[in-house]
This record gives sequence, structure tokens and C-alpha cells, in this order.
Amino acid sequence: MSSGKRILSDFKVFSRGYLRNRFGLFFGIIFPVILILIFGAIFSNSSSVVNVYVQNQDSGPFATPQMNIAQQFVNALNSSGTIKLTLVPNSDNFTEYLAAHSASDGIIIPENFSADYLAGNPVNVIVYGNPTSTSSSIVRGTVDEYANSFNLQRFNGTSVIGLAITTVNTQQTKYIDFLVPGLIGFAILISPMFSMVNISSEYKKTKIFKQLSLTPLTKNEWLTSKIMWYIALGSFSFILMVAVGIFLYGAHITLTPWLIPFLILGPMMFCSLGMLVGTVTKNPETAGVIGNVVTFPMMFLSGTFFPISIMPQYLQEIAHVLPLFYIIQGLNNVMVYANYSGAIIDLAVTAAITAVFFILAIKLFKWRED
Amino acid sequence: MAPIEVSALKKCYGDLKAVDEISFTVNEGEVFGLLGPNGAGKTTTIEILEGLRAKDGGDIKVLGLDPWKNGYKLHQKIGVIPQEFTFLEKITPREAIIYYADLFNVNVNPDEILKEVLLEESAKTNFDSLSGGQKQKTGLALALVNTPEMLFLDEPTTGLDPNARRAIWDVIRGLKAKGKTIILTTHYLDEAQQLADRVAIMDHGHIVAMGTSDEIIAQHGSGERLEIHGTEGLAHYIKENTELQVAYDKQRNVVSIPLKKKIDALAALAAADQSKMDYGEIQTRRDSLDDVFVKLVSGRVDEHGEIIETNGSNNKTVNQQGSGKK
Repeated sequence: MSSGKRILSDFKVFSRGYLRNRFGLFFGIIFPVILILIFGAIFSNSSSVVNVYVQNQDSGPFATPQMNIAQQFVNALNSSGTIKLTLVPNSDNFTEYLAAHSASDGIIIPENFSADYLAGNPVNVIVYGNPTSTSSSIVRGTVDEYANSFNLQRFNGTSVIGLAITTVNTQQTKYIDFLVPGLIGFAILISPMFSMVNISSEYKKTKIFKQLSLTPLTKNEWLTSKIMWYIALGSFSFILMVAVGIFLYGAHITLTPWLIPFLILGPMMFCSLGMLVGTVTKNPETAGVIGNVVTFPMMFLSGTFFPISIMPQYLQEIAHVLPLFYIIQGLNNVMVYANYSGAIIDLAVTAAITAVFFILAIKLFKWRED
Repeated sequence: MAPIEVSALKKCYGDLKAVDEISFTVNEGEVFGLLGPNGAGKTTTIEILEGLRAKDGGDIKVLGLDPWKNGYKLHQKIGVIPQEFTFLEKITPREAIIYYADLFNVNVNPDEILKEVLLEESAKTNFDSLSGGQKQKTGLALALVNTPEMLFLDEPTTGLDPNARRAIWDVIRGLKAKGKTIILTTHYLDEAQQLADRVAIMDHGHIVAMGTSDEIIAQHGSGERLEIHGTEGLAHYIKENTELQVAYDKQRNVVSIPLKKKIDALAALAAADQSKMDYGEIQTRRDSLDDVFVKLVSGRVDEHGEIIETNGSNNKTVNQQGSGKK
């Protein structure tokens, strides 16, 4: 009973002190929002060209290159200026490929497309798209336009190329969609990390820990109140960033109770890790350096500002050993891809790492000296 | 049973014997001063008594408890200000008192405590904006929240200006008047003399003298002596022409003659007059606590507690005579 009272009392004192410190407020709340505003502004309007995956299943044989109409059709689409094609190898299952790349827009040029075209047999180009998405209608319009143009080029102008529309429910992910979870991860990381590294080493040096050890407050109660505060701060930051993402940049993100464990475990993980760094280092200066060494790679390589899939393979492998990666991937799986089976794994990894850091922090952190 | 009983207390840091088998007792309602230069072992001793540090050997009981094993229980009964008290930056003294009251689960009137430590005017200033003296007073205020039976003050006035020091002294005197047992470490002699009923002088982990100021002076100081401001030649003349023991302090240009009987002064002065040499001021004096301190520890200490003068450079005869050091 009185333990709860002490935790609350310490929580009150710490949060009030935190709110009085403009520096902490800036890094805890305002900085991530500034980042989302800047990155959102830079990338949200960057391109009006729609990225489309295309699989050309017409592999011939062609008597002359002129008879490879499929290739000519692809080239024509590519020069349209409105869509940008990415070729998908024929060995891949097209729909699975689209899902894996969180894409909804795709085109399949069927087998014997060229032969059918030349023979005047009706043939359909299959267009994948999401009916609600503007990018899908651009793709549809463009393919339709070039299909007509190819039909007109036939000597008798008969319409042979048609469009078969296939609906894909995958929402096309935009940069802002994963920037929101990325920066939520960023906020979950930096605020508790920097603050706890600093506090735990400074309090040791200035003997505030000794001072507190002379009160009935226990070190576990003290750490609990810090974790509570950073969960509160992280949740507030979460709400702010989701609001900016949705209302300012039209991010498509899902809000479900699945997010709650990540918003609790994340701050707990980095409070513990920060505490650990401050505890095992000799002085605040060393603690600061080690803290940065631990924090900065995580900050950039865990999928905070860009998806890790665009990084070289070896960096992707590094990302997989960074604790923040699993939080951000988990948030992406929940908020963007609705991939809950993936999220469960991320959550399990996050929980395990948190448990290790928390137990180590509690074990190694001492109020008083031997 | 006395509130504090220390017997053969030992603490080493690696090869360094920070506290080397010291023993003492502090009585109820007493202000007990641990006096000594930096590195003498004062803070280590007081921190072991507070339960903040483990001992390596010996027996200690504070309010009947082993401070390390029963720290949690002991801390409900004692108040502590560590050396150079620092606290959370963005908390006011008043809020800090309420915070401590919540932690100790006690009802206190914060304004009463602020008044007791003369801190009413800064009650609502953030800790990081307080002056050194006000910070120490905040420390004192927090040490009082749980109405402790005993207070540990580790160098409570180090680094403070004279006015702030006197203000802290007033607070400590007030606490003493209330009957609190107080253990105080300091490297200021005047502080020990002003506040402490009994003093233990520490040096290199040992207690080199213990008792009231008068007892220490009587035990370790020289008796009354005559001092004549004059040349070394005068010292030689007096020594050769009387039965008296004579020493010469080259730094102060003072001829110093221990007086076994008051009449010895007359013999010395007669000799000085006979010498036809010039001499200046004459006075008789006894060792102060300051003099004894300089003899007992490795030298004089500056305001930060660092030794600035090593013994043995002057007044050798007197030193050898007066020193009770092993």
C-alpha cells in the first residue's frame, strides 16, 4: 500500500521536474513532432509518379524483335511519365509479391500477348488495383490509354487489347504511413534513453541516490515511477504524432489495442537500458559517450526514418540485432500492414529484451556502496 | 546504552586504510565533532554510521542497530545531510519537504520546518537557483522531516561564505537545544569549537585526540609559554644565561620559553634585558585548539580541508614537547 503511495509521490515529483525542464520537454515531445513535420513535408509530395509492379509473362518465341509486342507495350507504359514500372520476375507469384511489398498496383502482361495481338485475338492485360486508391485509378487510366493506342495501331483498328481489373485490398503504403510508427519508435527510444543515462550517472555522482536511499523509497520503486513517467510521455508523444500524421499528411494507420503492449514495453526497455548504461559506467562523461554509442545506431538503423529494406544487406542484418527494430517493425505490422502474426513475434522479442534489460538494471543498480 | 558505539571500526579502499580501528562513543543529546583534514577518514566513518557504506571490521551500533544490515529501519530514525548536499534540480524546498513527508508517510507542516532552518524566503525557489547556503539549509530541512532522534551532518558549511556558515550554525544550535544527538564532521576548527561538546581529531584513519576542546588542549598542547619578538641571537643568549628551555621560531622571529613556574618569565625577561639586544612585543600564551590541531594532524588545513603546511619546519622544540602523538 505505502509502496504505491511512494511510487506515486516520486512520480509526481519527477514529472513536475521534467515538465519544468524545457530541454527535456523539447526532446521528449516537440523534437519528434518537428521531425515528422519536416520529413512528412519533404516526402509526402515528392512524386506524382505511381510505382507499379509489372510481370511480363509473354516470353515468346518471337520471330523478330518487332513481333515482341508485350515488350513494346511495357516500354510504352514506362515512358508514360505517370507510372513507373518495376519488373517482377516470372518465377514469383504476383499477388504474393504485391502483398510482400505492401503494394496494390500491378500489371500482368499475359502469355501469348504478342501472338494474340498480332493474330487479332482478344487479350486482356490484367490490372491490379485498389478501387479506393487514387494511384490505382491513375494506373488504370494509363494502361487503358496505351491499350487504346495499341489497338488503333492495328491495320484495321479492331480492339483486341482489353483490361481485366483485379481488386487488391492492400492499401498502398506511403512514406508517411511508416514514418509515423518509425518516429513513434524514435520518441520511445530517445527520451527515456538519454534522460535515464544522464540521471543515473549524475545522481550517482552528486549522491542523490545516497540521499534517496536514506528515505523509505526503494530503488525498485524509484525505477518504477520513472518507467511510468516515460510510458505516459511516450503515449502522449504517440497521440501527437498519430494526429499530425493523419490530419496533416493523411497517413493511413490503424489504431488498435495491439499498440498498447508496445507503448508500455518500449519505454520500459529503454528506461532499463539507460539505467544500465548509467550504472555500469564510472562517471557521467563516460555514460554520455556509451549512451550515444548505444543510441545512435539504433536511431538510424532500426527503420525510424526509412524502411530498412532500402538499406544494404549487411546493415539490414545489423538492424535485426537492434532492440528498437522489433518495436518499430511491430508498430508497422500493427499500424500499417495489419500483420498481427508478425506483430506477435515482434512483441515476444521486445518483451524478452525488455525483461533482460530490466532484470539487469535492477540487479546492478545500487543505492549505496559496499 | 549510548546512541552511538563504535569499536575498532575498520575500512580499507584497496591498500589504503581509510579508517584504521577507531573507537568512540557518542552520548545522548551531545554534539560530537569529527575534525580532520580531507582524507582523514571522517566521511567514510560517518557514512558507515549512516548505513551508506559497509565496514570491513569492528563493531558499530547506532541507536542499537547495525547500520548496514538494518539501514532501512535506522533511516526512519535518523536525519542526514551528505557532504555538498545536492538534490533534484527543479524542485523547491517546500515541495521537497512534502515529497519527503510522503515518502516517510508522516504529517509535517512544511512551513514550520522551513522556519526552523531559516529558509522561508526561498521556499518557492527551484533548487538549482538556490545559493550554496540555501541548498545546505534545504538539506537540513529534509533531514528533519522524519523528526529524527539523531542527525548526521557531513561538513555542513564547507564552501559557504561566513554569513551563511553562521546561519547554519544557528540552525544547528537550535537543534542541539531541542536535545537532538548530532554527529558533525568538519575541517573548520572554529566550527568544531563553536558547536561540538566533544571532538575527535582524525588523521590518516586514526583518532589522534578526543575529548572537549579544553581536555584536548590540556592533553596535547604545551602549557603556558613566554614569547619574545626578537632575534635568534637573543634566543641563544637567554638559553646560555638561564636554566630555561628556549626555542626559536624563525618564521615568526619569536623566542619561545615554556613556563614551568610563572617566575620563569621574570628570569627570561631579565636575561633579555641584560643581553642589550633589541626585542619587541612580549606575551604569554597557551596552545589553542588550532595549535594542537596543527601538531596532531599532518599540518594546517585551508578552507577546503587540504593540508597546506607540513609540520616540523618551525618551533621544533615546542612541537616535540607538546605533542602527545604516538
